[in-house]
Amino acid sequence: MELEKYKLGGTHLKSSDFEKGKVLTTAWQPNLAYTWDNGVAIGRYLDELKNGRIIARVCHECHRIMLPPRMFCELCFRPTDEWMYVQDTGVVSTFSVARVNWDASRRGPKEPPLLPAVIEIDGATKGMGILHMLGEVDPDDIKAGMKVRAVWKKSEDRTGAITDILYFKPLRAAASKKAPARRKR
Amino acid sequence: MGMRKVAIVGAGITKFVRRAQETGKELSWQASKMALDSCGLTLDDVDMVTLGTAPDAFDGVHMKGEYLADGAGGCRKPYMRHYVGGGTGVFSPIHGWFHVASGMADICLVVAEEKMSSCHPHPQGAFLTIFDHTTEQPLKPTLIWIFALEMNRYMQAYGLSKADIARVSVKNKGNALDHPSAQVAEKITVEDVLASETLCWPVNRLDISPASDGAAAVVLASERVARRLTDKPVWIDGVGFSIDTAYWGTRDLSYPRYVETAARMAYDMAGIKEPAKEIHIAEPYDPFDYKELHHMEGLMLCPRGEAARLTAEGYTARDGNLPICPSGGALGVGNPIAATGLMKVIEIFLQLRGEAGKRQVPGKPTCGLAQAWGDLMQMGTVIVLRS
Amino acid sequence: MIKRVAIVGIGTTGFRPITPDVSYRELIFEAARKAYTDAGIEPSEIGGFITAAEDFLEGYSICDEYCPDQIGAVLKPTQTIPGDFIQALATGYMMIMTGAFKTVAIEAHSKASNVKNIDELMGFAFDPVYNRPLRETPHAIAGLEMTRYMFETCTSAEQCARVVVKNKGNAMRNPYAAFGADIAEKDVLNSDPISLPLHRLDIAPHADGAVVAVLADGETALALSETPIWIEGLGWCTDTPTLEMRDWGEAAYARLAAEMAYKMAGIANPAGMIDFAEINDEYSFKELQHMEALKLCRPGEAGHLLESGATSYAGDIPINVSGGALGVGHLFEASGAHKILELVEQLRGEAGARQIPDVNIGLAQVWRGVPTATGAVAILSNM
Repeated sequence: MELEKYKLGGTHLKSSDFEKGKVLTTAWQPNLAYTWDNGVAIGRYLDELKNGRIIARVCHECHRIMLPPRMFCELCFRPTDEWMYVQDTGVVSTFSVARVNWDASRRGPKEPPLLPAVIEIDGATKGMGILHMLGEVDPDDIKAGMKVRAVWKKSEDRTGAITDILYFKPLRAAASKKAPARRKR
Repeated sequence: MGMRKVAIVGAGITKFVRRAQETGKELSWQASKMALDSCGLTLDDVDMVTLGTAPDAFDGVHMKGEYLADGAGGCRKPYMRHYVGGGTGVFSPIHGWFHVASGMADICLVVAEEKMSSCHPHPQGAFLTIFDHTTEQPLKPTLIWIFALEMNRYMQAYGLSKADIARVSVKNKGNALDHPSAQVAEKITVEDVLASETLCWPVNRLDISPASDGAAAVVLASERVARRLTDKPVWIDGVGFSIDTAYWGTRDLSYPRYVETAARMAYDMAGIKEPAKEIHIAEPYDPFDYKELHHMEGLMLCPRGEAARLTAEGYTARDGNLPICPSGGALGVGNPIAATGLMKVIEIFLQLRGEAGKRQVPGKPTCGLAQAWGDLMQMGTVIVLRS
Repeated sequence: MIKRVAIVGIGTTGFRPITPDVSYRELIFEAARKAYTDAGIEPSEIGGFITAAEDFLEGYSICDEYCPDQIGAVLKPTQTIPGDFIQALATGYMMIMTGAFKTVAIEAHSKASNVKNIDELMGFAFDPVYNRPLRETPHAIAGLEMTRYMFETCTSAEQCARVVVKNKGNAMRNPYAAFGADIAEKDVLNSDPISLPLHRLDIAPHADGAVVAVLADGETALALSETPIWIEGLGWCTDTPTLEMRDWGEAAYARLAAEMAYKMAGIANPAGMIDFAEINDEYSFKELQHMEALKLCRPGEAGHLLESGATSYAGDIPINVSGGALGVGHLFEASGAHKILELVEQLRGEAGARQIPDVNIGLAQVWRGVPTATGAVAILSNM
């Protein structure tokens, strides 16, 4: 069989087909709501974020200090053993300079780009990164390996959420030595 | 040990389009009917049906496997849906292989469908809820972030430039010019990719495959039945799948070890010792251009960090030593998630039969591979086919 | 030697109306850890893993992402079956029968309490063009079926109510069950009308909980377990999703799935061979309708069998001795998991206060709920 010998299904519609009413549609906005149980590990994690601290769990079998904390070790498959506070500083493992929002709409020309990053938190086992945002930094100055520190919301504004950390900012001003020239992000 | 041999004996596919007039049920039917016609069967001959389709949020139907059952030919039959996120399309024939290799079925219809355009205003919106609801979603992430984060990490690890990676997009969109299902086939240059809109640095518009509607289907048969149905059965000689931890922030994003684990499982089953030599043609998943390179390395088709160089040298072109994505891949043919994976399997099926038309690679390949990847950059699915 | 597959380990959290103390991960870990300890195996030694889950029940777009960690499946061959646990069980069975896997672990759970508007969710499964705009309560579909079933089989509303009385009574003896109660038929008939003839107490309330089971091929099973519970028959079937084309009186999906399972198990006379059954009773009448579809009695006989006491705990063919969904709670994709759990405990003789004496063959049957016409059947034995 060769695909070329078949009349393939799938009929392409153009935007104008909808605009002119050539194609009718049925719209539906699902009204779904969830309240996820945080449980023990994430419950404590959020409590501590409200206190302005980051807490991890330790497995005595593989000796990993794990972030986000979990009540069981997914590798040793046993309960984890103890809580441990870690720093609110870390190292940028990787980052992006995002000009689109979550729904694929574009950031306006005046809106600064979003700066998501994976940050390996100091005090946790190497490689334990969390997703968060960078701030107070020029996108062109961000580098992998850069040291950053959490910028917290004011304590009275914290709600026990990952957004109690506003973003992470560079620990010290970016090195003056220019990185090799590269296309502007 | 003697496993029951399973062959692909027929295939069907729709065009991949941005917005299809057909419903998901109708697309599934079109692909299924074509697959059955291609091997001279009717639905009555089919023992069991399995359906692959990715998030319900696209079609906007809870339990969409149930909704699609009639279109996929599953009514009043043993019918089941399987699901491994973006890896679903290549997992579909693996799930079908379970049906036939186990002896439960002699003929199994495998259907993969995706209708992304139902999700408004843009299918990207459905991806917000792939992130952890408590520790990540409040940051309002988009799917492109994680690819940008992974691509950046990959570039750093091996000192690659955006141009090194853009060549994949150029190759695949060009290859797709010869694919009758293609949605975004075009002749472009590396400069076009670099000059296209920056979405999330380092990801530009032309680094990404489009959102698509489409369906694909294959018919699997046991050895006895396959030899009766066709002179050119294509055998499923190895299957592999593997999922990595959901704590994706703790993984080294520069290397897809879950693809390697899945590939090792498939190679062991197929008796492949040196994949780079024994695999003649491959369709790794390429929803983003860097992913093709990433996956070639995970599949051990080349040393780590070497895939970009091989691409630049033409090694992976359709007439190169190891043709990669001769179909045009997700970047060129389009990316209706589950259907894309099965499109890749169908491409290998046609290439091994020498029926790929203008896309046919030279040298009469006898061993090929398709691979998909999904979830939060953590799921690898691999299938090895031989003629 | 004929190849067989057995359940060699099972673990559960039990079932509660709400589980605010644990996350879904912590809930599932408990069931998984118990199952692996029960089977005497570590997850690192298990060949493959399956989770039965649906995206919108989890509230995730790709819930498959979150399945590996809490079942020990990191970097293991793992998949999600968006279907009932018994469909996942069928996949696990097939995986082992290919010869490529010696052991497979299967997980299903419910965190239904986290879904705040579950009727809206059920309605979201309706055909978006033909049915959804009518904005019916999803239970209306069950009401329509109940009317037609009662008409075709001369079954009475009192008989349906009696199913609720029996099952909630059975649940009193089941420590896993969330909704055991000592009630009377009039309590059911006097409860709020939902979509007549369906009353509120005719509908199973939902519950949370997790179950993990470990399957093994015959040789491995005999090495691991002194009481392997063998899978003798499996069947699954989907009837048309188009409501307008359905046969409203008969549960064809259950009949076809049962025929497939009986054929595989070599059972010609189900009523004589099956010692006890756990069958879907998400709505009271469904237990009776499904008994008939499963050929445990003739059409129209189920209500009378119930009244005769034959399906009660001490009867000839106990049905839903666990309490069923009405007594244990409706568990969505874990519905089949709870039924398989009950079969395994009964066949091992570990069912405590609700143990049925001298049982060898049990049947579990599930239906995926409105608006689906999908069901599955598993037949297990201890011989």
